[in-house]
Amino acid sequence: MASDDMSGAQAPVVSVRDLVKHYPIERGIIFRKRVGTVHAVDGVTFDLMPGQTLAIVGESGCGKSTVGRLLVGLEQPTSGSVTVAGTDLSTLNARELLATRRDLQIILQDPYTSLDPRMTVGAIIGEPFEIHPEAIPAGKDAKGAVRDLMARVGLNPEFINRYPHQFSGGQRQRIGIARALALNPHVIIADEPVSALDVSIQAQVMNLLMDLRDELGLSYVFISHDLAVVRQIADTIAVMYLGQIVEYGDAEQIYEHPQHPYTAALLSAVPVADPVVQRSRTRIPLSGDLPSPADPPSGCRFRTRCFQAQAKCAEVMPELVASGDKHVVACHFPLEAVTSV
Amino acid sequence: MSDFFPGSTDADTFDAGLPSLASTERITDASNPRGLLGDAWYGLRRTWYFWISLVLIVFIAAITIFPQFFADKETTSSLTGGCQLMDSLMPPSSTHWFGTDQLGCDVYSLTIYGARPSVITAIIATIATVSIGALIGIIAGYYGGWLDSLLSRITDVFFGLPVLLGGIVILTALGSPGLWGVIFVLVVLGWVGTARMVRSTTIEAKSQDFVLAARALGASNLRIMRRHILPNAMGPAIVVAVISLGGFVGAEATFSYLGLGIQPPEFSWGSIISDAQSVFFTAPWTLFFPALFLTVTVLAFILMGDAVRDALDPKLRK
Repeated sequence: MASDDMSGAQAPVVSVRDLVKHYPIERGIIFRKRVGTVHAVDGVTFDLMPGQTLAIVGESGCGKSTVGRLLVGLEQPTSGSVTVAGTDLSTLNARELLATRRDLQIILQDPYTSLDPRMTVGAIIGEPFEIHPEAIPAGKDAKGAVRDLMARVGLNPEFINRYPHQFSGGQRQRIGIARALALNPHVIIADEPVSALDVSIQAQVMNLLMDLRDELGLSYVFISHDLAVVRQIADTIAVMYLGQIVEYGDAEQIYEHPQHPYTAALLSAVPVADPVVQRSRTRIPLSGDLPSPADPPSGCRFRTRCFQAQAKCAEVMPELVASGDKHVVACHFPLEAVTSV
Repeated sequence: MSDFFPGSTDADTFDAGLPSLASTERITDASNPRGLLGDAWYGLRRTWYFWISLVLIVFIAAITIFPQFFADKETTSSLTGGCQLMDSLMPPSSTHWFGTDQLGCDVYSLTIYGARPSVITAIIATIATVSIGALIGIIAGYYGGWLDSLLSRITDVFFGLPVLLGGIVILTALGSPGLWGVIFVLVVLGWVGTARMVRSTTIEAKSQDFVLAARALGASNLRIMRRHILPNAMGPAIVVAVISLGGFVGAEATFSYLGLGIQPPEFSWGSIISDAQSVFFTAPWTLFFPALFLTVTVLAFILMGDAVRDALDPKLRK
């Protein structure tokens, strides 16, 4: 869908087609039998263009982190394909997969648990070079490369022998970013990279990520639940609900003219810094909890919490249909009126 | 790659603002980076029972390695004429500090020379149990699934065997093969505790994000186990190892006391105590001093284990 209206002349660096990840629910100790299925990711399709940032947003449990893990190969998809620079990952053997992994790196959410507490910063950032010795820049040793990386992410290279617990949260996340940059990847999956940080530190890390994108020509898949953070960095936004993309398109269009009721509800919850505007806005409350992904509602998955659900929503699952240029939405009754943001 | 690091870093990419500034200062102030071992040492340094156990362990190590500096081996054996029957069962005096036993041997010299077999048995048994236990625990915890079920059931079977009874049965069946027999029994019956502990700490460690990060980099299972799981899972196992050093000293003494451990003319604290029991009421010093050394040694290792555990546990750190 997206490649048709957004590709232009360039080929996407990452193409995802009908990605599905189901986790079996099993019972029994000796004879395990399958009693259900968790639909973590259910048919996700998108393209990531070179130098662009695709943001995947949604509530916790919507499957956005699972998409990130499928992309870097931490999970195996149930079906569907991930194509990196024209190569379908499922066609690769283990060694080729290891080489391709260099191109896709992940920044994890929690800078406190994602760094091994028993390793020095130098060993943490240098680990990619131990696994992929061919990635050490020519004319440098691994230690020199680590020092360069530290300087690049705004850490003092003098701290190379320190341990993670001697750093603040923002500095730790910089260490995680340096580790992800070590192999000179083209694509970085950023799984909630700032949500564990203080608000004052969030902006600095976001600035670093944007600087790195511009300097190194990186593409990001930026996974977040925070639309205010996403707005700073995203070119394209995919809104996920219960394992499916419900709205996808140009970031500006989605922020200005959300068409899916879920997107509108999420956007209405983002505070605006201007108190006059903030007081005049109407918030769209979401009723109820996220339904269990083991037993998703029939028809439209969002209908149980939608403020304008009708009988048709329970019967027919809405397809993603184009709604204007660079914008697709999966809703039988997309919002016509422009919701103020 | 050459343009990978052009120019200097912008100052504004460093964490600014109050909270991080404070932590940056803390880091720059510390002239020497303090790792986790450094933190552990910092915690240990301030524990009084660490110092007591350290002094005791240094003393025990000294008499184990250099008994000749403390006592005369001559006075422990009637074969060399060092023990005179006319000196039998003398109370402590200036010539015989701890008195003499039935054969007229110097109890002080016996006690000093009796340390080595006990301590060496305990060290070898500890190294072997920790190695085997850690290997089995890491494999079971890391791979999980049927391999974990199999290894855990095997562990359960060994866990069900009482060490003392099992040891007596095995050593009797083998015909009291001496200290190597004792080491064999202690290892066969003793690896279970470490295996269980390492298995649970491995399961805890492998679910951490840094393992995920390593996998995303393409690290192999072997590499993850060696570089990430092992260092993070071994803390509690080290504590158990230190405490079990004391336990194994006691176990060696028990088997030697029962005549299943060290065989004459060699002797250890256990066999000295065994020889002394028949004359305990007429010459209590023959039993008291070796038993005191044995107890203090066991206590020292347990205290040291406690101190190390407290130091390694960040939640107890002030």
